[in-house]
Amino acid sequence: MEGEERMAHTEAHAAEAHAHDHAPTAFIWKYVFSKDHKVIGIQYYVTAMLMALIAGLLAMLIRVQLAWPEVNWGIIGKLLPMGFQGGDGQPYVMNPEFYAMLFTMHGTIMVFFVLSTAPVSGFGNLLIPLQVGARDMAFPFLNGLSFWTFFCGCVTILTSFFVGAGAAAGGWTSYPPLSALRGAVPGSQIGQTFWIIAMVFFIASFTMGGLNFVTTIINLRTKGLSLLRMPLTLWSMFLVAILGLLAFPALTGASLMLLLDRHFGTSFFLPTGLVLNNAPMVGANGQFVHQGGSPLLWQHLFWFLGHPEVYILMLPALGFTSDILTTFCRKALFGYKAMVGAMIAISGLSFIVWGHHMFVSGMNPHLAMAFAVGTILIAVPSAVKVFNWLATLWQSRIQYKTPMLWGMGVVSLFISGGLSGVWLGQSAPDIQLHDTFFVVAHFHLIMAGAALFGVFGATAMWFPKMFGRLMNDTLGKWHFWFTFVTYYGTFFPMHYIGLAGHMRRIYDPYQYEFLKNLAPLNHFITISALILGASQIIFFVNFFWSAFKGQKATENPWNANGLEWTTSSPPPHGNWPGAIPEVHRWPYEYSNPSAPKDFVMQHEPPLAVESGH
Amino acid sequence: MAKLQGLLFGLATLVLVVVATFYFTKTWLPPLKSDRIAIDHALAITLAVTGLVFIVTNLMLAWFGYAYQDGPGAKAAYWHDSPRLEMTWTLVTAGILAIFLFNALSLWAKVTAPPPADAVLIEVTGQQFAWNVRYPGKDGVLGKTDHLQASQDNPIGLVKDDPASKDDLLLLNQIYLPKDKPVRVQVRSMDVIHSFFLPNFRVKQDAMPGMTIDIWFTPTELGDFEIACAEHCGLGHYRMRGAVHVVPAADLEKTVAEAAQ
Amino acid sequence: MATEILDARAPGRIPVVERPDGPAGRGPIAHGDDGGGPSAAFDPAQFGLWAFLGTVTMLFIGFTSAYIVRRTGMDWRPLPLPRLLWWNTAALLLSSVALEVARRRRAALDLSGLRVWLGATALMAGLFVAGQFQAWRVLRALGFFLSSNPHSSFFYMLSGVHLFHLGGGLVWFALVLFRLRGARYAPAAGGRTLSLFATYWHFLGLLWVYVLFLIFVF
Repeated sequence: MEGEERMAHTEAHAAEAHAHDHAPTAFIWKYVFSKDHKVIGIQYYVTAMLMALIAGLLAMLIRVQLAWPEVNWGIIGKLLPMGFQGGDGQPYVMNPEFYAMLFTMHGTIMVFFVLSTAPVSGFGNLLIPLQVGARDMAFPFLNGLSFWTFFCGCVTILTSFFVGAGAAAGGWTSYPPLSALRGAVPGSQIGQTFWIIAMVFFIASFTMGGLNFVTTIINLRTKGLSLLRMPLTLWSMFLVAILGLLAFPALTGASLMLLLDRHFGTSFFLPTGLVLNNAPMVGANGQFVHQGGSPLLWQHLFWFLGHPEVYILMLPALGFTSDILTTFCRKALFGYKAMVGAMIAISGLSFIVWGHHMFVSGMNPHLAMAFAVGTILIAVPSAVKVFNWLATLWQSRIQYKTPMLWGMGVVSLFISGGLSGVWLGQSAPDIQLHDTFFVVAHFHLIMAGAALFGVFGATAMWFPKMFGRLMNDTLGKWHFWFTFVTYYGTFFPMHYIGLAGHMRRIYDPYQYEFLKNLAPLNHFITISALILGASQIIFFVNFFWSAFKGQKATENPWNANGLEWTTSSPPPHGNWPGAIPEVHRWPYEYSNPSAPKDFVMQHEPPLAVESGH
Repeated sequence: MAKLQGLLFGLATLVLVVVATFYFTKTWLPPLKSDRIAIDHALAITLAVTGLVFIVTNLMLAWFGYAYQDGPGAKAAYWHDSPRLEMTWTLVTAGILAIFLFNALSLWAKVTAPPPADAVLIEVTGQQFAWNVRYPGKDGVLGKTDHLQASQDNPIGLVKDDPASKDDLLLLNQIYLPKDKPVRVQVRSMDVIHSFFLPNFRVKQDAMPGMTIDIWFTPTELGDFEIACAEHCGLGHYRMRGAVHVVPAADLEKTVAEAAQ
Repeated sequence: MATEILDARAPGRIPVVERPDGPAGRGPIAHGDDGGGPSAAFDPAQFGLWAFLGTVTMLFIGFTSAYIVRRTGMDWRPLPLPRLLWWNTAALLLSSVALEVARRRRAALDLSGLRVWLGATALMAGLFVAGQFQAWRVLRALGFFLSSNPHSSFFYMLSGVHLFHLGGGLVWFALVLFRLRGARYAPAAGGRTLSLFATYWHFLGLLWVYVLFLIFVF
């Protein structure tokens, strides 16, 4: 009797402990310092979108300045005295140093705090456990820690605007000596140090995330989910995590060396003979303070990260697109193995092409040749992806819900942006195009555009799993059309002005005769950009309104196949109320003529006739 | 109007193709004034090939987006693998790109080859925010520089005691080039990275502090053109503008000597 | 259960292919209990740790490439090797040895032995840390500072970054000691905790030997 009682007591204890171990109830543990991947994913996502708002506003300021350098900024100039001169009857004019901060911070925030975050940390965290069939990520505590580390990075980078002489102003690429010499540009005072610290926070956060991603995908897949049955979203997250783990350390090391050069008198990147404002930079002993360093070293280390980094931004969008296209055109993905192989090839090749950012830097021309080889080659797997998407769409049955429009948009941008890469990858023509707006067009179309459209598509698609509701499809379509048209309107003409020689990072291009006739194009671009920016209001309204008032979503509103659609919208704590489903096929079983419906979910029992995947 | 979105997408893509083709076929490159016509040819061929791919793939995307929409009785095909198709389009793409690569590498080898012995020597030293141009003068030798001696009056730190310096000619934001004679430019920097960009000559070379980098090219027409800085170098980056004057080769020495006064 | 592979291009049926009910493709699959559970046969924490060690290795590879390029510079003046560094190295390697002995004591359920050898590990680690700071003092007294010349810059930076990672290791060590405190502990959990930590600690030892080799021998 007593033994049974004790048994029951122990069991009850265990059950209680088990229950207590699950679902936190206090607000702070549920929504603030959460260990739940779904909450953390949303935290990352929302923070990234807010950072995007800021970086987008910076871009609007850049565009207005470029189109009308003489314009009177009026009220804006008055509100931002750190960036403008004027008042007392004088028109408000932007300071050149402020312009440099604008393009530096626009790039830094967008690349790292928005586009490495929303698709990867946002959707990766939300979807990986759901798509692999796990209750959470491998290291939930580390996951929560990674978000708050990222948050510290956000605070640091935003604070940098308000310290000392303002934010970093050496370009997001922070090339020394400009970024290393405090007197070279105002932003290179304490602002650049804040940039370095923010990057360290970011990299630490991304590393923690990467460890979680890689471990979860390798170790926590449910029964039956082999690697070649994973949705391409999972593949993209897996590859992105590996890229991050292997590539970011180069920037960590470089950032530390830059910090030492800036504050501790070392000469990793600073050569002998620096003369600033006609005054040789000598110490008390009459010798140069810095000796023997190499600015090229920074470029090698930075781009060793920098190139894989741009693929980190782009790969998740490629993964989302495959999942979105198949779901909404009701047809199996064409060439699954080729698509996986292409992503692996792109990831691998991304490590050996970094020098194409440095063709005119003065590096050894033979080395430049080696980089041109990899760069041209990487177009092959990229092309393979486009062909497979087209083959997927061929003889399909397209349902144009909002996510599908974004997916089609990604394909469009990938074609446009990818092709201009062939121009830039040839080292000699690059002589004319390097550091012009042709480059700006290229990366805004393929990297920023694909990533952005991927995020918007993923948002519309997986909104039910975030908030248990559907986004408004009509608003979504208006948002898409305004964005699609004005995105091209903003960035496509940059090819032309780039060919005409319009340099980047130019506060007033019309100082140059050969650029004066490009003013109308700059006007057109700016107006497109302003409308593009304003159009995002539709998204923000749709997002926040739908999160609270949107139509409630069922388990599987899109009739899609992945494991995330086998549980409620949103999923409960632990993702599945009962047992985790097992997998019997790939996630692209659409329109199998032998199946009862036009989709067969991954977990459904084996059919009499299967695809072989 | 059930097929509105597909129609819109198809039309939008079509418009993109038409507008892009129209604008890309205009002449955007600044008029060529040097011997680097091979670069322009490479760009033209790239335009033709990538343009064709752009048009074909976008037309397919537009058509598929419109024609394969869901409707009553619509069925999607069940076809998701074709190793032969994969192999074909992969190899064709690789083949075309291999040709590009080969041409690109040959062109690069030519452009980065050592300058001919009779090239006119000029040194360009960028600084925040001006171009210091130096000619070796009659002795054909550039005098030594020592950055420890740099000052307001001597921005490039010319060693005045060096005999070779005595006949060096210094210009600010002006460069004179001989028509139809090769020019060898040694690009340097006093402080941060700049980039010596001559849009009309298809010339661009980053000016790296601590390095002296050689480039060469041959101007082919007389006239006045511009130098631009193509690497963010600080506040004055936007106004680091200079003038290029291409003069008859025989007049070069005289013209430079006069300008240096 | 046999399944057919349907090919839309084939007009009729094609031969039946035997396909067992299980995963297609290759990949490490283990059987979970409720359908979920680990899909790989190894410990996720160990896997995650190895991934992290990969990242740290890439960091030092980055530093190495910078170092190798820099050495070709004209202003290279070699740094003297303070003899103290050999003692420090010995201390760090001995701490790894002590840690291994401690693990074996734990496996033999020898609680007091475990405590003694963990104490020895801590002692050796402490000697290493103190020794590193002292070595820096020695170099400064000889006139070699962080910014003196490239060789000294790299030495201070690499030994500093190593010590930073070691510091993290010490925090981890404190957590391990805390978890293994008291007479009552779960042998299995303790084994896993210690083995994870040992992986990291030995890595730090090897990394230090590499740093020494790179800076002074290579």
